Amino acid sequence: MTKQKLTNFTLSITCLIVGLIIMFPVIYATSLSFMDSSEITQYPPKLISSSPTLDNYKEAFETVPLMRFMTNSLVMSVGITVGQIITASLAAFAFVFFEFRFKKILFLMVLSTMMIPGEVTIISNFLTISSWGWNDTLHVLIIPFMTSAMGIFLIRQYYLTVPKELLEAARIDGCTNFKFFIKILLPISTPVIASLSIYSFIGAWNQYLWPLLTINDTANRTVQIGITMLQSESASKAVILAGSIIISIPTIIAFVIGQRLLVEGMTSGAVKG
Amino acid sequence: MYAQETLKASKASKVKSLAKPKIKLSPVEPYLYLVPSFIIFITFVFYPFINTIYVSMYTTDLRGRVKDFVGLQNFIDLFNSPAFYNSITITFKFVLMIAFPSVLIAFILALLANNKLKGNRIYETMFSLPMAIASAPATAFWSMAFNQTNGIINYVLGQEIQWLTNPDYALIAVSIVTVWLSIGFNFIFLTVGLRNIPTELIESVSIDGANYLQKFRYIYLPLISPQMFVVVFINVIGSFQAFGQIKLLTEGGPGDSTNVLVYSIYQEAFKYGRFEVACAQALVLFVIMLCVTLLQFKFEKKVVHYD
Repeated sequence: MTKQKLTNFTLSITCLIVGLIIMFPVIYATSLSFMDSSEITQYPPKLISSSPTLDNYKEAFETVPLMRFMTNSLVMSVGITVGQIITASLAAFAFVFFEFRFKKILFLMVLSTMMIPGEVTIISNFLTISSWGWNDTLHVLIIPFMTSAMGIFLIRQYYLTVPKELLEAARIDGCTNFKFFIKILLPISTPVIASLSIYSFIGAWNQYLWPLLTINDTANRTVQIGITMLQSESASKAVILAGSIIISIPTIIAFVIGQRLLVEGMTSGAVKG
Repeated sequence: MYAQETLKASKASKVKSLAKPKIKLSPVEPYLYLVPSFIIFITFVFYPFINTIYVSMYTTDLRGRVKDFVGLQNFIDLFNSPAFYNSITITFKFVLMIAFPSVLIAFILALLANNKLKGNRIYETMFSLPMAIASAPATAFWSMAFNQTNGIINYVLGQEIQWLTNPDYALIAVSIVTVWLSIGFNFIFLTVGLRNIPTELIESVSIDGANYLQKFRYIYLPLISPQMFVVVFINVIGSFQAFGQIKLLTEGGPGDSTNVLVYSIYQEAFKYGRFEVACAQALVLFVIMLCVTLLQFKFEKKVVHYD
């Protein structure tokens, strides 16, 4: 028993140290964001400020409309996430539980989109949305990303582990396919949906090139471009760090909540034999 | 025996009804489920892709409008350009420097977190936190650490490495940031995989006296292989597409040392206005990724255990 305790203690300490190493860039940047401009450029580098100041945060909010950028990014990220989950689940449902003509070709088409980087099509897409007059709108940030081959692929991998007999049994009980999808398949696939949601949300928040090209109006800018603006308008690196930390807070919160959902999803939806 | 013969017969005569499942359904139903995804794919992936092929065979003006048909001349120019070969080499280096280290690190982290310790959730959050950070703030954080004169990395190493301005180190620096950004996703993915291994299985081999290495070899490794495969695949594809951190950290430099294909495409189109060159490069990138993906799917059948 004591040996077990010792092992657990060693393991806990190892986990803690490894965790701190992984998080180090964030901790370090947070610490630097409280330093004034002379302290941040000191040598040897200081880890903790001797006279912490909030001035950098104040300056970040004063230089650019950060709250507006965050709202825009939030609308964009939620829109993309919800859209992707709906469309990807429906597509994966068709691919796993049905046999139909051109299924293989259609699935290959989905996979092929994964091999076409956004940067290949971005020039042409930019011309398309410009011709529709979609520049400087929020929906231009959402609609092109409302489905994802990776999402379809991940959900499909998960559905493949669901026995086909489940659908047959549901049909014998008079359940339509769509009702089976809503009432049975979606609830048991919470683990994969949770992990896709986190991934899509972060990915959307992370988007950089597309918002840069499509949005010129400051009012519709997203946080990533906001940070770029901060870099061009502020001289101090500490202000950029302060701004970077502010725009990371929503994703960190979303991520911690999302992770809890993920764990719950895993315990409720895990293999029950 | 009978089943085998039926299968053979159905293959030989191509009687499709024998291979069909027992579930009967309206013939249009599965297509309806695909409609939402395919509207988006057709409008924002396939159409612009075909348009990219079209543009690559023309010359363009500075606003991307096509002018004269030149056939394959843009591709011929590309394959005669040393800068383009440099870009391809860098892309492959970059992909290798990311996909395997990040999956390996994430797997070790997932094994570390796969225990029943108190506060395990806290460790999990710490291990996966980089996933919550976007590339622009991550770039801001790391560029402080990479600072030549008072960055923490050089201070710890006792060096004065010009991480972002020395061609020998810039790609390493960009790779470190990219690996860091991708660890979180890989960790979560592999953790879910480890969690889905039935506890009874692990308990029963523990009772039989299996040590950790044996459990690792005979339980964790084979049962995690589907997730492992998927996560390596996602990382390879993802590193081919990496852009933000390169743009913000090095802008493809110094001396083209981090000018991966995707950055080169961006530069040709939006910096030099050579849209036709960008489109031709984009198609080469597409072909490379296609080959890699086909190889991976072939490989999947050999290593992955689905049951």
